[in-house]
Amino acid sequence: MAWPQAQEQRLMAGILAKRRRWLAGLVRFARRKPLGALGAVVMLLFAVMALAPGLFGAGNPNVQDAAQILKPPSSAHWFGTDNFGRDMYSRIVYGARISVYVGLASTVIATLVGLVLGLVSAYYSGWVDNLVQRLMDILFTLPPLVLALAIVTMLGPSMNNVLIAISIPRIPGTVRLVRSVALSVNHTQYMEAARALGAGPLRQMFLHMAPNCLAPLIVYATAGLGTAILTEASLSFLGMGVPPPAPSWGRMLSVEAMRYFEILPWLAIFPGIAISAAVFGANLFGDALRDALDPKLRGRT
Amino acid sequence: MHTYILRRILLSIPTFLGAVVLVFVIMRLLPGDVVSVLVPGGEGTTASTEQIQRLREQLGLTRPLYIQFWDWFTKAVRFNFGQSLWTGQPITSEFKLRYPVTISLLVVSLAVSVAIALPAGVLMALKQDTWVDYALRIFTIAGLSVPNFFVAILLILGLLLFFNWTPPLEYRPLWEDPWLNFKRFILPAVATGYRLSAIGARMTRSSMLEVLREDYIRTARAKGLREMVVVSRHALKNAIIPVVTLIGLEVIALFGGIVIVETVFTIPGMGRFLVDAIFHRDYTSVQALVFVFAIFVLVVNLVVDLVYAWLDPRIRYR
Repeated sequence: MAWPQAQEQRLMAGILAKRRRWLAGLVRFARRKPLGALGAVVMLLFAVMALAPGLFGAGNPNVQDAAQILKPPSSAHWFGTDNFGRDMYSRIVYGARISVYVGLASTVIATLVGLVLGLVSAYYSGWVDNLVQRLMDILFTLPPLVLALAIVTMLGPSMNNVLIAISIPRIPGTVRLVRSVALSVNHTQYMEAARALGAGPLRQMFLHMAPNCLAPLIVYATAGLGTAILTEASLSFLGMGVPPPAPSWGRMLSVEAMRYFEILPWLAIFPGIAISAAVFGANLFGDALRDALDPKLRGRT
Repeated sequence: MHTYILRRILLSIPTFLGAVVLVFVIMRLLPGDVVSVLVPGGEGTTASTEQIQRLREQLGLTRPLYIQFWDWFTKAVRFNFGQSLWTGQPITSEFKLRYPVTISLLVVSLAVSVAIALPAGVLMALKQDTWVDYALRIFTIAGLSVPNFFVAILLILGLLLFFNWTPPLEYRPLWEDPWLNFKRFILPAVATGYRLSAIGARMTRSSMLEVLREDYIRTARAKGLREMVVVSRHALKNAIIPVVTLIGLEVIALFGGIVIVETVFTIPGMGRFLVDAIFHRDYTSVQALVFVFAIFVLVVNLVVDLVYAWLDPRIRYR
């Protein structure tokens, strides 16, 4: 039997209303947090750059032109060319791919691993908790960049290893955050009710504890996004990032740029601005999101 | 207080041991051990399998792992790390030359960041939601966003462009030539300190905003104290506690910045040593550096905890 038309209309109206509420929420966020909205726009811009570099008029980033080596910015090469005669503008646009990918993927990895470890640690307590926490303490004993460097040395420089090296130092903080939130809800009445209804450990952890961790976790993950992009740039800068010829912003700033930037400043300026802008956008957005989601700060400026 | 200190020290020992064991095991599990670095494989190899095996035995690599560890560890606690695989020099003498450089850079960076963070943070809190606040907020978020090597490049370029000045490249110990040292370290210190100053300023701002709403501030104002005294003696003194902790903890992250900045400015410190060691696959040096860094981090954590307990007596009785 077909649905009565009235019911279908009501359903559609409901969906539309929901969509409008979402839009209204976005508009409210943009109006209250103009800087946060600016950050979101910048992030979106880099995301589009990563997905569709052609839209920005970027050519092949790895084409070498022996006749066009180390040329200053011109109408043909907006950001000049590097020591292989490659177009800097195209390389920077394509470089967004590496930064966006590493930033997002390391955030997802660190958040998921941190969520599971944190929940397990809080739920089982006892020796499991102790073991996980001591492991996290050990990870905390090294400066994040030094830890990332050590991991890349160990595994060898490649895209995936760089990703692992950036994700691991982000895990302990996430675990601590999840654990503290999970511990605070473990003795609430609804957890007791869930237990009384016979919910198993997995159901309790992921259906009842995890949703409570969501808001602080989103804030923490977003705040770490900028740092992840910075770490990737730093690793590449030290020559331990994604191997060449991949157009990584950090690497563009290293070897040749470091040697010649006093006479050929465009080699350093444009990639440097690209890194700074991407991280700036992520930080602005993260800040605004924290203000909007943190109940302690709500309603205050 | 004494029992608290003792407990904190005892608690950090297993963590330290865990970190050291972890690094040791990882270095041993690496594909290709020390011998494969010392004896290059591939074309034109003159070493036979027998010779390689003999070298392995000489270096004690055929012994069980726990004996190797014990051997290395008992020497390491006396700061004897053996020789660098790359230079063949004793690592400890290399450390003796390098650690004062890194410590002075660390101290100058810290001084620069506190000198920026406190006034900026207080100003932001006092002028909340005015253009001063907004400008400083963008300045601080930029501090969290611009990579330190780019800050370094911009500083060098700017000084060259406007003042035609380049930083000196030679290094002499602090006590021999303080002025040269200042000129040598001020740029790297600003490059590393900018990020920390941004973090500190933001913390100072939010902490000050909280304290300024307290009753005792209203009381202080009501009894007619000058605004200057209210801010500096009553508000700042209370607002600074979380800032101290945060800056203490961020010193650890500052270390990551120093690794990079020492490379940019070719400063012969511990960070540069780490980068070089990693580049030359000099595992014994990497291991020794990680050992020293782990001690450093634990000591910093300990000091921060103790300062916090000293500033806020409630912590001690937990």
